[in-house]
Amino acid sequence: MKRSKPTDSSSKPKPPSPKRQTLGELQDLQRLMAKTVMRPLTPAAKMNPCWTDGTPTRNVVAGFIKPNDRLTAFERLQLYNRQYWFRLLDCFYEDYPGLRAVLGERKFTRLAREYFSACPSASFTMRNLGQFLVHFIESHPKLVAPENQLALDMARLEWAHIEAFDNAAETPITPDDMLDADPQSLRLGLQPYLTLLRLNYPLDDFLIAVRRDQGLRHEASNAMENQRKRLPNKFKNFQRSKTIYLAVHRHRNSVFYKRLRADQFALLTALREGSPLEKAFAKAVESGSAARFQPKQITKWFQDWSALGWFCHRVEAKSK
Amino acid sequence: MPANRFNAFTDYGVGIGLRIPHYKHIFEKKPVVDWFEIISENFMCDGGRPLEMLDKILEQYRVVQHGVSMYFGSAEKLNREHLKKLKQLVKRTQTPWVSDHLCWGSVDGRYTHDLLPMPYTFAAAKVTAQKIRETRDFLEVPIAVENVSSYAEFHVSEMTEWEFLTEVVERADCGILLDVNNIYVSSFNHGFDPFHYLNNIPAERVAQIHIAGHSKYRKYILDTHDHPVIDPVWKLYARALQLAGKTATLLEWDDHIPSFDEVHHEALKANRFIQQTETAIA
Ligand SMILES: [Fe+2]
Repeated sequence: MKRSKPTDSSSKPKPPSPKRQTLGELQDLQRLMAKTVMRPLTPAAKMNPCWTDGTPTRNVVAGFIKPNDRLTAFERLQLYNRQYWFRLLDCFYEDYPGLRAVLGERKFTRLAREYFSACPSASFTMRNLGQFLVHFIESHPKLVAPENQLALDMARLEWAHIEAFDNAAETPITPDDMLDADPQSLRLGLQPYLTLLRLNYPLDDFLIAVRRDQGLRHEASNAMENQRKRLPNKFKNFQRSKTIYLAVHRHRNSVFYKRLRADQFALLTALREGSPLEKAFAKAVESGSAARFQPKQITKWFQDWSALGWFCHRVEAKSK
Repeated sequence: MPANRFNAFTDYGVGIGLRIPHYKHIFEKKPVVDWFEIISENFMCDGGRPLEMLDKILEQYRVVQHGVSMYFGSAEKLNREHLKKLKQLVKRTQTPWVSDHLCWGSVDGRYTHDLLPMPYTFAAAKVTAQKIRETRDFLEVPIAVENVSSYAEFHVSEMTEWEFLTEVVERADCGILLDVNNIYVSSFNHGFDPFHYLNNIPAERVAQIHIAGHSKYRKYILDTHDHPVIDPVWKLYARALQLAGKTATLLEWDDHIPSFDEVHHEALKANRFIQQTETAIA
């Protein structure tokens, strides 16, 4: 037989236990707090006093954060708001010294603020903070005007540097592996760490100098630094428009910028896009350097690129 | 309790965080260090210099993985791709246990890259513990969760921080990475007794201890990991050892990082307290 709980008629009625938070409420609370923490700071690096709907932010924040005897709820959350922005900006400063040099501090900081407001981090690692930057600059030209093309080129180059630093390296294909292959059907992959760039400004030497000057990512760029013992002010030519072709890659775990000829760039780009070897040659010829396009020379190129480990099996081929 | 099931029955001594400015010294001088703690995320890449450096370290040193982005306390589900990457690293390092923080930091796929404080509610404890269990089952190594330092508290909280920590680790049946500096920082920011905190957590679950320095301002303390450990934090450390026994200990120094020797010397001060504890037990 079930026994009923003893009743205590002498005790006062207990206050109803406070309503417990649900999982949905937890998620709503985290959304609200994240929104507050990620909102842009004022020019004085304070939390914005005005909420998105025009009401005072302090009222919104006081709704979910407790004050203490020294700080208001607003002041407490402001610590997180400031930390969020300082952390992102620090990382952005470190990853994009070239863009900062091109745009100047004020414009760079404004770009960063607008960029992170529109494209908050979508990755567990801050390494990927800049993954949408090139696209963002393309769609927000006013933020970098009048240095539009220069800024875009630099953002591309600096993202390629990040990719070269720690992207995967597949098992390289050697020239021997290619010997018996049919050029009509052979499709080569290029290493994931290799980026091919066509730039409108000769930014490679300039960026090397800027990075050396700022001592950034020293563990990645020693090799480049050793090549160029010059000061940034000797690289003023970067602002004169001139098309260059670059392979941004990694060799023995150091990042390098290797200049390419237009036909080399066309050939490698065609390979990356999946053209078989023979078709890629044809595209390189179309790029306008046919006169200098000798078989002996092509063999030399492939030897050099293979020695650098640039070729690998194509990912689709591997997955098949 | 020098070893327990939350640190895979290891008996690690006093370690320091592996930081890039110290690489040169480590590779050239090969100093004797009990173990290094690595930030998992710094090595969850696909190739290049970071993994080369890690492999060199692993040839000579014991490494334990400490993460900053699992966000066990986020209301969302675990990210399977992230876990797969983490497991690859676990296999590489052979870490005896994996630690991360009792916090949240991402929502709807957007990351704050911060260790945000939890509302201390039963719903939060339940979802957090569930994710810790899932992570442990996937990684196949013990998990220890670290108490974070915090600057804000929620109206909605239903218990104290130490009650929440206890609720989570007991539900998850996991270990604790006890950060005594974080307890000190939060005790100042929220006005509680740090020893009361220590005395009210399940000490038998402590897998590892963190010590660190911080920055004190007039109205609050920021957990900056850029100073030596202050005396009140050493006192908390001594109490933690009394309660938990000799435990793997790690000094965190993440900003304005001094020379390797200076950091290591600061960490080794912990040995004095460990010896006192062992003497007292003997
Ligand atoms: Fe810690």
